[in-house]
This record gives sequence, C-alpha cells and structure tokens, in this order.
Amino acid sequence: MEALKKSLWVFHINTGGCNGCDIEIIAALTPRYDTERFGIKLVGSPRHADVLLVTGPVTRKMKSKLLRVYKQTPDPKVVMVVGNCGSTKGVFHHHYHVVGPVDKIIPVDVYVPGCPPRPEAIIYGVAKAWEKLEGEA
Amino acid sequence: MINNVCIPVGPVHPALKEPIKFKFDVEGEKIVGVDVDMGYNHRGIERAGMERNFVQGLYLAERVCGICSFSHPFAYCRAVENAANIEVPERANYIRSIIAELERVHSHLLWAGVAAHEIGFDSVLFLVWKNREKVLDILEEITGNRINYAMLMIGGVRRDIPDEQRAKLHKVVDYYAETLSAVEEVFMNDKTIQLRTRNVGVLTKEEALALEAVGPTARASGVKKDIRFDQPYAAYTDADVKPVVPEKAVGDVFDRIWVRLEEVKQSLGLITQFVDEMPSGELVSEKSVIKLLADLSRVEGEGIGRHEAPRGEVTHYVLLKSQQTPFTWKMRAPTYNNVMPWYPMFRDTELADAPIIAASIDPCIACADRVTVVTGAHTSELTNIELHKKSLEKTRRLQNG
Ligand code: SF4
Repeated sequence: MEALKKSLWVFHINTGGCNGCDIEIIAALTPRYDTERFGIKLVGSPRHADVLLVTGPVTRKMKSKLLRVYKQTPDPKVVMVVGNCGSTKGVFHHHYHVVGPVDKIIPVDVYVPGCPPRPEAIIYGVAKAWEKLEGEA
Repeated sequence: MINNVCIPVGPVHPALKEPIKFKFDVEGEKIVGVDVDMGYNHRGIERAGMERNFVQGLYLAERVCGICSFSHPFAYCRAVENAANIEVPERANYIRSIIAELERVHSHLLWAGVAAHEIGFDSVLFLVWKNREKVLDILEEITGNRINYAMLMIGGVRRDIPDEQRAKLHKVVDYYAETLSAVEEVFMNDKTIQLRTRNVGVLTKEEALALEAVGPTARASGVKKDIRFDQPYAAYTDADVKPVVPEKAVGDVFDRIWVRLEEVKQSLGLITQFVDEMPSGELVSEKSVIKLLADLSRVEGEGIGRHEAPRGEVTHYVLLKSQQTPFTWKMRAPTYNNVMPWYPMFRDTELADAPIIAASIDPCIACADRVTVVTGAHTSELTNIELHKKSLEKTRRLQNG
C-alpha cells in the first residue's frame, strides 16, 4: 500500500472504441500535460498496474479478454472508464456486436465522460482514482 | 531440425493501442509466417447506420475512428451528396479541405511519434507530440473539439472560419515551418533511426500494386496514387496536389517516414493556399435540417464518396431508397487495403522488427474491422480464420501469378 501513495501505474485496454480516447490518453503523457511528473505512467502489463483504464464499449470479441485482464491486475486496483462509449455505450447503443458498457462486465470505480474527454479530465479522473485507493489504505 | 515456433501477440498488447492479434511463425529470430486475426474492434457501425437518419449517421461516421474523425464523415457526406445531387457551396468546400489537411498534419505527426516509440526512441515521441499540440489547438478553436470535430453537415459545414481564425491558421503554418525542421533532422539523420528503418519491412512496387496498397504505404513503394490528384474534389480542384513519391523508392519503413513528413509540408502549403483563396458565400446548401432530412427521404439512387484520408483512400457507398435512413451503407477504410501488404513486409524479417513494421502502415484497426462472422443470434465467432485462409490463398495466387 505504501507504494500506491507515491505513483500510480496505469494499464490501458481498448475494448473496441474509436481511438479518440486512446490518443487523448497518450496526449496526457506527453510534454504539454506531462503526467509522468506525478509518477503516473502507462505500463505494458496488467500485472504491474494499480489502475486499469478501459476505453470502448466492449465488443463481443473483447469481453473475455477484458475479464482476463481484470483478473490479471493485482488487488487493490481501481478500474477507470474513459469516454462516453465505455460509460454508457454512448453512440454505439443498440449495436449488435457491442455487449457493454464496461460496468456490466467488471466493477467500475471512476467514470470520465466525454467523447473524447480532454486530457485534463483524464488526469482529474486518475486523481480521483488515487483518492479512492488512499481511502482504502 | 528446428521446429517453427508460433508466437501469438495480442489482442491486448502495449505496442498498438488497438486490439488486434498477430501470430508469428518464427525460426529462431526470423519470421517465416504471419497470421492476422482481426475483428476485436468490430462494432457494427454500418448496420446501425442503416437504422438512423442521415444526420445521426454523420455522428456515427465520425466515431468510426478518432484519428481520422474528419475523413469518414467527409466520405459519407460526399456519398450522400452524390446520391442526392446536392451542390456544396464553394466556401464550404474550402473549409472542408482546410480541416482535412489539418487532420492530416495531426495524424502524420501522431504517427511519427508512435513510430519513434516503436523503436524505443521515446524522446522523439515527446518532441513530435509536443509539436502536434499546436494543430490540435487550432482545430479546437475552429471546431470546438480536439478530436471528433463535428464540423460536417450534409451539403456543407456547420461552422465558419472567420477572419481572425484565418490569421491564426497562418500563424500555425509559420510555427510548423520553424519547428518541423528539427523533427525532420532527427528522422532523416539519426543513426539509430537509419539502422532500424532502412531496408526493413520492404514492400516492392509490384507487390504494392498487386495487393492494392493505398495511401502513404503505396506511395512509399513508388506508386503514384492519391485521390486528391487522381480525382480532385472539394477545394483540391483548384490546387495542384502531386502525390508524394520518393525518387528512388525502396518501399522500406524509412521511405514511409519520409513520405509522411513530406506530406505534412505539402498539407501546410495547401492550408496556406486555401486560407488565402477562400471565397465568401454560404456554408450549407440547405439551412433547415428538417427540410434537408425530408428532401433526403425522397431520394432514390446510389452514391459513392471518396476521400484521401491520412492513411489512404477511404470510400463510402450509400444506397438510398426513399426512406429516412440509408438503405445500405458500406465503407472501405484504407487500413483494410493495407493489411495484405503486411505479409510481404513481415516475411523474412527479425521478430524485433515486428512492432515497427506493424506500425509502419499506420494501422487503424477501428477503421478496418468491418467484418466479424457471427453465427445464429449470438456469439460463437467463427473468427476470421476462414476469411483469413482465403486471403492467404489470394496472396499466394497474386505472388505466383
Ligand atoms: S467515448 Fe467517443 S472518442 Fe472515446 S472511444 Fe468512445 S466513441 Fe471514441
């Protein structure tokens, strides 16, 4: 738990979104917003992550993968959904190949609405996730 | 004898942000075969578009892909306008082209950063993405959003570019004239980049032609192919767009970088020209959306819209049958064409080069995932294996014949 207070490592999984949110997440890491100064960084494996960041409305083919990544992320963890389509299916409601939204499949702690949300909003969401982890500690 | 080992990569992996699965057959470090499994990103947009009206369809087309979020609705609009014989006002044509070129600048810079990241050169990623923020700023100022601009309307555009923003557009072009040289310097001269990209992932001109590659991928192999040049539309009819092709095209990853960087410069030139020559006039052909929808619901006929997106040609097809929604809507994204050229690119390369080769076509999986086989009412995907087998056979046929 000590480690969590200092820096949050984030694993990002796209479950079929349009990419808009994904590029804003990367934009949040690059010099203008530079979240790495707070110790927030994207990691390559869910096993190293504190925060699971999910984008996209969850397609049929990605559902099992999402569950698997969720199980691979060690506890305590926070699940964060970025974007309208992950939170509510948004524009993809009633699509035959979409089985989301994300909270129907795995428990979600933080929602960041927007299509796509601005990088500032994403950083704010991560801060909320951090508060939540702090509270649990 | 060494047996081939099959290494599955994906669908969730750190290199590409979007879900796609590769299966590499390797002999030691050498890739001898590759299999691509797609469909993870399929959302059924075309089907849903056939149940929504034309303006709602626009919103949906925008969310096919966040990076080319102007190209898909642009092609969709052109298809509907083509079917309904709608004349777009000149000023709207210019505004459309300006936004399309701004999008190309943002998309190519984004790609350049990702490419640098794939070969482990993160400082270049940060350099390029820092530059990229400038074009997003102006896009946000004009359209109101950094990504997914909601700028298009059937028969025109939603927002104007007033004079003060024209001055700002000039400033953005000046900014890039200054800063782009630093980016170019790194990509063209840095030793690491040279070593990692020259003669890697080669796609010859013959292969590019046979496999119908499009966009920068085709142009880097020496194929002169660009819709803005082949079939000018919108404001491109007044501009002299030449496809950017390297003089001695090798068709390797390096050439693809070169083509994209040159295209950024070309786009900046086009933006200056369009901003200067923008005529005054109406923004949309029909101001009342209700009347527009009513008019469209009486149209019978089919239409095709093509546009040169940052990644290559995107085509939309619509069939209208006097109803409030399109009867058929079909799109073909550039990445769809560029998947097949992956095979010759991956063949006989090292496994370590796989990420940069995969990234070199600038794949956009969200665009390309148009087919997933669903049996019965529910799940049980037959995946794309059968489809894939067919496409493999096609590669062989094309290569042999
Ligand atoms: S919320 Fe919007 S921008 Fe984000 S992935 Fe979904 S459709 Fe794309």
